[in-house]
Amino acid sequence: MSSLGEVIRNSQIWKSIFRHPMPVDRRNRIVVMLTNFFLHLHPVSIKKQGIALSYTWCMGGVTFFLFLVEAVTGVLLMFYYRPTLEWAYSDILALRDVTSLGILREIHRWGAHAMVIAVWLHMYRVFLTGSYKPPREFNWVVGVVLLLLTLLLSFTGYLLPWDQLAIWAITVGSNMARATPFLGSEGPGAQLLTVGGIDMITMGSDARYGLLGARFVGEETLNRFYILHCIAIPLAVALLLAIHFWRVRKDGGISGPL
Amino acid sequence: MHGNEDQFLEGVSGFLGTYFLLLSIMNAIAAYYCWQRLKKNNLAGLWMGFAVLFLIMSPFGYAGVNGSPETMKWIGVPSVIKDFIDLQLANAVAYTLGTTLLLVVLYFGRRFFVKPVVAWIGLNLSLMVTGMSIIDMEFAAIVTKPDNVPIVAMVFLLGFFTWLAGYRAVQNDDRHEQGLEPLEALDNEKVLVWPDLVYTEMICMVALTAILILWAIGLTAPLEEPASSVKTPNPSKAPWYFLGLQEMLVYFDPWMAGVVLPSLVVVGLMAIPFLDYNKEGNGYYTINQRKFAYITFQLGFLELWITLIILGTFLRGPNWNFFGPYEIWDPHKVEALNSISLSQYFWVKGLGVALPSAPEGSDMLTQIGFITYREFPGILLTLAYFIVLPPLMAVTVFKSFFVKMGFVRYMVMANLLLFMALLPLKMVLRWTLNLQYIINVPEYFLNL
Repeated sequence: MSSLGEVIRNSQIWKSIFRHPMPVDRRNRIVVMLTNFFLHLHPVSIKKQGIALSYTWCMGGVTFFLFLVEAVTGVLLMFYYRPTLEWAYSDILALRDVTSLGILREIHRWGAHAMVIAVWLHMYRVFLTGSYKPPREFNWVVGVVLLLLTLLLSFTGYLLPWDQLAIWAITVGSNMARATPFLGSEGPGAQLLTVGGIDMITMGSDARYGLLGARFVGEETLNRFYILHCIAIPLAVALLLAIHFWRVRKDGGISGPL
Repeated sequence: MHGNEDQFLEGVSGFLGTYFLLLSIMNAIAAYYCWQRLKKNNLAGLWMGFAVLFLIMSPFGYAGVNGSPETMKWIGVPSVIKDFIDLQLANAVAYTLGTTLLLVVLYFGRRFFVKPVVAWIGLNLSLMVTGMSIIDMEFAAIVTKPDNVPIVAMVFLLGFFTWLAGYRAVQNDDRHEQGLEPLEALDNEKVLVWPDLVYTEMICMVALTAILILWAIGLTAPLEEPASSVKTPNPSKAPWYFLGLQEMLVYFDPWMAGVVLPSLVVVGLMAIPFLDYNKEGNGYYTINQRKFAYITFQLGFLELWITLIILGTFLRGPNWNFFGPYEIWDPHKVEALNSISLSQYFWVKGLGVALPSAPEGSDMLTQIGFITYREFPGILLTLAYFIVLPPLMAVTVFKSFFVKMGFVRYMVMANLLLFMALLPLKMVLRWTLNLQYIINVPEYFLNL
């Protein structure tokens, strides 16, 4: 008599997916790490202190997991939400009041806040354990870029509900770009960039205009931030995450006393 | 007015009662743990005392739902203290000096403060004060704003992790003095990633998912009125993680606070591994073996980034005025703003003459010449700051740094440090001399 579980595990389909028995003995626990796509980022074995929560705080993992949560809930929200002046606000309103699973928006928003906090705590831990020191200098730099991209992801997403909170937060934030030295219409040195008496840098051509796609936060901005938020920045983050994780392994795994 | 407050008290009542009940249970568990596991009866007694205190407070928290919201105020922060904080301490000077002093005391007293007993008392007291303060309408209005809740969580998380890192660093520093290896070197035994790490990750993911779902059920995401480009809210705030930068706008023009300094924060963070030549403290918690790096980072992170975010989020109200934690956000509050620039100090107040200005209709070069002449005290000061100070520091305070780092790396570090120091310097100059700009060239938007 073989149990149903055994029948499944002995079937050709199961064996075509998992090329070895269940990881219940030492050999197969090693093999599973090498043959499973999702697990192969990990080493096969690791020092005990390297996985102690009191050392790692698990914050890098938490940040990555939150990124996945944001990706999944974000895709689901994209099915529903339309980034136009006509629909943006009412779609979010409907998510709150009418739509089943409108709670996805709450998960997405709180997940985003949590991700910003988690990525700061991750940086804090890496600094306090001196883990940026050789040979991990480059991976720290990649991490700083990822931190910046996390903030930009959150910033671009902030506009999408198209309520008062959204447009004024983005207005206050993007007003800074107006003051970029040389490239902002109210930045120091911008007046020096004139050709034949015509200003090169105006409200219609400066850094803020480039960010907003218009002179003020409007429909062009919504479209621009939507694409940055849903496609451009996530792609960049995905690429850098791959490099970040790969370098953790190549630089000798999780840090520890030399 | 009273009807309003009663309604508000009834609103927070259920939450507060449960909050104090949970705190009581938390301390009871701690007491049980100390009594049974650690066999420390006096500690168990102390935590039991806290448990009883919170248990007594809990019914007062529930009083609102039981029809007597007035009695809730018995466990609120006394209005004498609230008034004192709002009237005496609610300004940027007291706040900045206070937080700095707190961090300095924590740093020098770290051997005392990282003790689990002290930390637990600190946690209890801060949770208690937070609970007592929520009975105040103004405090609750700011702290329980949906988007501000994560920041409250962040403050407690940062406190916890700073404690944890300090706790381990102090132990490691003691071990180092005794010639022992750090704690992290003890568990050198290798374990298989399946199951040890994979299961930990799995549990973390499940727990995090549960937390997110509960949080999402309990707290609705904010959605205000539809966007309107003509109705400007007061205050208009950037997203919370940029509020430190917005707070810098008090002291700098946007080109510095919004562009140059944030860019340098990013560049400076990236430069850390290439500037820190200290080989000690790689892969374990320590403070003593890398004091300079530790203090510099904490100054930048905890003091200039986190405390400014807390200030910008909780204490800056309409017109970006400073409001105490229990103060009403009154949009008509007036704060005198009559700061002046260095050139006015020099020409008008010092020499008693008018500011030099180019004659009407003169060409651009003449104008720039006059502007440079007008602003020369500030320009000289700034040049001295960035050109004279680095070499001066290289032969004095940073002598050993300069020798070990070499010219280029030392200059990069010195300049990054000087840029970082600009903010506290500008703060102090504003508070003491009422100085607005060191260089003031509104003609070219070049104000520093």
